[in-house]
Amino acid sequence: MTISRDAHVEDVLTTARTLRSNLGSDFHEQWVEAVYSTAARIADRTVTKPGEKARVTLDRTIDRLVTSRLWGFPIMFLLFAVMFWLTISGANVPSAFLSWLLIDTLYPLLRHGAAAIGLPWWLWGLLIDGMYLGTAWVVSVMLPPMAIFFPLFTLLEDFGYLPRVAFNLDWLFKRAGAHGKQAMTTMMGFGCNAAGVVATRIIDSPRERLIAILTNNFALCNGRWPTQILIATLFIGSLVPAHLAGLASAMAVVGVAGLGVVLTFAIAWSLSRTVLRGQVSTFSLELPPYRPPRILQTLYTSVIDRTILVLWRAVVWALPAGALIWLTSNIHIGGRSIAEHLVALLNPVGLFVGLNGVILLAYVLAIPANEIVIPTVLMLTVLVTGATGIGQGAGVMFNLEDTNQLLSLLRSGGWTLLTGINLMLFSLIHNPCSTTIYTIYKETASAKWTTVAALMPVALGFMVTFLVAQVWRLMIGVG
Amino acid sequence: MDTQTVVATGAGCAACPIHHVANLLKLGVTMDNWDFVVALAGNPNTGKSTVFNALTGLRQHTGNWPGKTVTRAEGGFEYGGHRYKLVDLPGTYSLLAASPDEEAARDFILFGRPDVTVVVVDATRIERNLNLVLQVLEITDRVVVCLNLMDEARRHGLAVDDRTLARELGVPVVPASARYREGLDGLLRAVSDVATGHVVCQPRRIHNEPPELKAAVAAITARIAAVFPGLPNARWVALRLLDGDEHIIQAMRKGELGELGGVGPTEPSAPETVQVGGLR
Repeated sequence: MTISRDAHVEDVLTTARTLRSNLGSDFHEQWVEAVYSTAARIADRTVTKPGEKARVTLDRTIDRLVTSRLWGFPIMFLLFAVMFWLTISGANVPSAFLSWLLIDTLYPLLRHGAAAIGLPWWLWGLLIDGMYLGTAWVVSVMLPPMAIFFPLFTLLEDFGYLPRVAFNLDWLFKRAGAHGKQAMTTMMGFGCNAAGVVATRIIDSPRERLIAILTNNFALCNGRWPTQILIATLFIGSLVPAHLAGLASAMAVVGVAGLGVVLTFAIAWSLSRTVLRGQVSTFSLELPPYRPPRILQTLYTSVIDRTILVLWRAVVWALPAGALIWLTSNIHIGGRSIAEHLVALLNPVGLFVGLNGVILLAYVLAIPANEIVIPTVLMLTVLVTGATGIGQGAGVMFNLEDTNQLLSLLRSGGWTLLTGINLMLFSLIHNPCSTTIYTIYKETASAKWTTVAALMPVALGFMVTFLVAQVWRLMIGVG
Repeated sequence: MDTQTVVATGAGCAACPIHHVANLLKLGVTMDNWDFVVALAGNPNTGKSTVFNALTGLRQHTGNWPGKTVTRAEGGFEYGGHRYKLVDLPGTYSLLAASPDEEAARDFILFGRPDVTVVVVDATRIERNLNLVLQVLEITDRVVVCLNLMDEARRHGLAVDDRTLARELGVPVVPASARYREGLDGLLRAVSDVATGHVVCQPRRIHNEPPELKAAVAAITARIAAVFPGLPNARWVALRLLDGDEHIIQAMRKGELGELGGVGPTEPSAPETVQVGGLR
């Protein structure tokens, strides 16, 4: 470090300042103009276009259709509905196979094996009934829908449809006072909220980026799809004739996902008019050309990158959660297990908002991963109702392929159509999982906004389920 | 056709410079002890990540939408006896640092001093992509242009003359279709040629700006060159100073810019410079 160099640097800077004020304000544009005209000249010399080709016209025709004011939204909803329908109806067979393999076949073998080598009951209870079964359930329920949904989604992405969705939604985001690029981060959130939160880095303005982070949780992430799909199949699918059940369930799931998008707009709107006021910034969105998707590569990357990774995360959380659930159901205080105490404690609040204590406890236990909500709910229901002949005992997670049996189990636990609907709503509107909360903290570097991001959805979730329960009870009189 | 010839060909293959892809060793994320750093720049959605994956063997997620890569990805490969570290920069339309991702890309090319900067260009949108190429050429002269998506250009009936483009830009231009792994051997050769100094680029610089602007830039460039001799991009720094770029002003004050010239900041006309703070 030299003293005189600093002086010379300051001298250069002063000269620059002086020259700059002499040049006038359009200097920047002049230089950009020089770059652009050079680029145009070079391009002119190197590229020859023998007229417009049919391919370009085809691209334009598709674009005119999928981004049209009239057809854009219906096509969008139709495409997503088809995707969910394929996922829901296609996942049944492999799901049944996996649960037959892991739960009906392997599980009894493990239990007999454990008994044969004389392990103490609490050890094999913890290991096999708790950890193994929890994990097996997550694998058999989550793997098939993900293995169908992610490749389909990736194919759409590879084809170039996602930017068109962003284009369709752009004006809505702008109306809501958010950044148009939020359409992209919301799309990412449909896969995983933590990924969606990281993706908000593409938004330049800190204000709009914060809005995008706070509302990303309303994009239904893949950990919550199984809950939605199962509950929709049980409660909505059973309302219509069997051949329409798949379609009705798919529409219900699309409806919940759509509600999430509506909430995103509503929350963004109210945030940008209260605590996060400011200018809406403009941006240019490039609609890339449609490219024929590379089927095999897409299958490979979506299975490896997304499916296995997400599944791995679920398994990692399911192992300790399975153990914890087993422990809370098998440690008794005053004649009742800890889980029963907790359920009894939470039940009044739960019923008040049209849910129940079992569901609330499941959400507390499942903070690390949304994926294990459903297995926890089922296990706790068996525990509370004392249903016999189903499952293997207290705190044992299990699977029931027969939806009728499952439905009657839930009904005996006091579930109604309202409980089902409110569970779907609460699954959409509650706190982000712990990974997402941690990601939000890393991205915002603010404990305050992280707290807001974590608590705001829970408060909203209780409000929405409470309102639905009240209206339901007024209209129908039961629940 | 006797066996002798076949054997001879087989042995010669490994050494032959045409046998490039076979010389490529994908190193994935293991990239310690690299000889050269290669930056991948380009407009959004031109296939930077596809090129990145093809060279490193990594499977960073690629997708057909702009702005997908928000974080910098790094990977390694070995080619022709040298180890390369490849850095995938976020896609940007310009380097004038309007947004964090543009700034990230610009900072890496400027301060990270990559040995080669590969600008991935969409062959179907040459003109808009060239805006970025020209700006990169203002910062560094060690550039290879990868003319990607040639398959799409063909489908659209566009004929792109890569030789003319190379002559115009003064840097190697390699046509490619990274999605189908076409042109990667040419790209590797060009990168290694520039990295090893086998090929010296003579980059095109902007020279059609208005006279007053040109004079102002020249005046500041001369002063910067006097304070930091050997700085390869004095003219670009001059432009940024004229534009009042705080980031560059700070970098100058802190001396970060001086290190870019490869030589320490020197005092042009005063040999009695007072040295403070140790060795330099």
